[in-house]
Amino acid sequence: MTLSPAPAGTTEVPVTPPEKAGASHLGRLKGSRSRSQAWAAYLFLAPWFIGLFAITIGPMIASLYLSFTDYSLLSEAHWVGLDNYEKMFVQDDRFMTSLKVTTTYVVVSVPLQLAFALGLALVLDRGLRGLSFYRSIFYLPSLLGGSVAISILWRKIFGVDGIVNSFLGLFGYEGHGWVTSPDTALWTLIILHVWTFGAPMVIFLAGLRQIPQSLYEAASVDGAGRWRNFRSITLPLLTPIIFFNLVLEVIKSFQSFTQSFIVSGGNGGPVDSTLFYTLYLYIKGFKNYEMGYAAGMAWVLLLIIAALTGVNFLMSRFWVFYGDEK
Amino acid sequence: MPALFRPAPRLVRHLLLIVAGLFMLYPLLWMVSSSLKPEELIFREPGLVPTAVTAENYTQGWDALKHSFGYYLWNSAVITSLAVIGNLVACSLAAYAFARLEFPLKKMWFAIMLGSIMLPHHVTVVPQYIVFAKIDWINTIWPIVVPKFLATDAFFIFLMVQFIRTLPRELDEAAAIDGAGYWRTFVQVILPLCVPALATTAIFTFIWTWNDFFTQNLYLTNSDNLTVPVALRQFMDTGGDSSWGPLFAMSIISLGPIFGFFLAGQKYLVQGVATTGLK
Repeated sequence: MTLSPAPAGTTEVPVTPPEKAGASHLGRLKGSRSRSQAWAAYLFLAPWFIGLFAITIGPMIASLYLSFTDYSLLSEAHWVGLDNYEKMFVQDDRFMTSLKVTTTYVVVSVPLQLAFALGLALVLDRGLRGLSFYRSIFYLPSLLGGSVAISILWRKIFGVDGIVNSFLGLFGYEGHGWVTSPDTALWTLIILHVWTFGAPMVIFLAGLRQIPQSLYEAASVDGAGRWRNFRSITLPLLTPIIFFNLVLEVIKSFQSFTQSFIVSGGNGGPVDSTLFYTLYLYIKGFKNYEMGYAAGMAWVLLLIIAALTGVNFLMSRFWVFYGDEK
Repeated sequence: MPALFRPAPRLVRHLLLIVAGLFMLYPLLWMVSSSLKPEELIFREPGLVPTAVTAENYTQGWDALKHSFGYYLWNSAVITSLAVIGNLVACSLAAYAFARLEFPLKKMWFAIMLGSIMLPHHVTVVPQYIVFAKIDWINTIWPIVVPKFLATDAFFIFLMVQFIRTLPRELDEAAAIDGAGYWRTFVQVILPLCVPALATTAIFTFIWTWNDFFTQNLYLTNSDNLTVPVALRQFMDTGGDSSWGPLFAMSIISLGPIFGFFLAGQKYLVQGVATTGLK
């Protein structure tokens, strides 16, 4: 196929009456211009289109197909119907554990993280010198939090001889292996996630800046105190941003991998207490080479995330305030 | 709020912020300080100021694995730079089309692009791995770099679309009157004005690729190809719990470039988070 903007066959003979000829000429020019623009657009989008089909949509469909097979990279794929899915929800206890661990992680750490983010955003909004310095300090951990280095550090901080225990020792608390005990290991990962509240904090700060100062001035004329201001102005006007952060962080944290991999030493231990969903998917697909099963897990993950996002959107009607509502 | 009470709370706020900031950064500072302490002092002293300073952890950690740590840093630098270039080129091309050109089904494609931002990577990773294995790309940098040149980090397309939309259309029209086609308008008018968005893209791509453990751990398994995150992990596994000093030292080195980009690009980072977050 050629990329010429006006293929020969499409050049029409003008049949319009003379008085309208000018308009039609313009229209045709516009038509050919928009055609050439469309071609240009497709050329600009060419890499993205290739990526979309070859790297995203194609593999997505392939992954759906694989999830109905027992493919293992070394052997041929055999159609097994819904076996993989049945195994997940009926037989595979580790799968259910990973689902439970990840859900706990998301449900506990995201609200905590957002609460910290909002709290500090309120403090760092205005009225102090050196605010940008403080903002940077609180933002920094969210850039580092996903790295292997920080996970290694976490493993050690919460170890038996780590600084958390030395600190608690000052209060006479006996040492505890936070990472090695199944009751507390997940909590160290939750704390790590909360520690990275800087990114949502920056988004909150941008949101706060969009609230007109005049509202607060009007409120203070009416004698509203700080708490009243927060309840009646700041919080309602910030709900769309809280919602945005919530959706984003739920999606992101459901896919956390590095932390659980490194802190647990690659197996989600102790006793699967930090077995994140994606870690289990990785173990199934790339350690045991049960790729059909892993592909099925990936699709379940997609559905879970879509469902959570859907629920978030449905719930948002009840608490998110949009200015143009009556 | 009565004016009388203002100065005192302000001081209190500063104090609280400093304490909170120190608390936040304590783990990092402790790691820096530990990396400079002799091994036997690391866990005996929870304090930040080392009583004895040594560079031994750094020299030991540098040569702890098969190659020197500089080798892994170089591997990471190559992959990261290519990823940055790929994202800059491919995402800006796509963003220009979405922001400025009209074409059939534009709304649908745009919606698909937005949707792909939210798509979990895992849902495509298994077939991708199979294909990359079939064409012998395991243990090469291509599975990590090529997708960037195909604009698969749609987040950055979105970021740039948002940015280009704020540029006045008169600029494009003026260029068109001067006889510039779409390509010249893009290269000579739009791109130079997009520098802030490009900088944000570059910095985030750098940090995310530098930190990315999942993909690199998946595709780079040969001990000659390891990047920093994968090498660190191997160091942790092989060194075990005996050599925390050198492990901390190399961890600090691995965070160095991120810290550098953070210092250099703070403005763009914060802008990037805020603009994509809101509009």
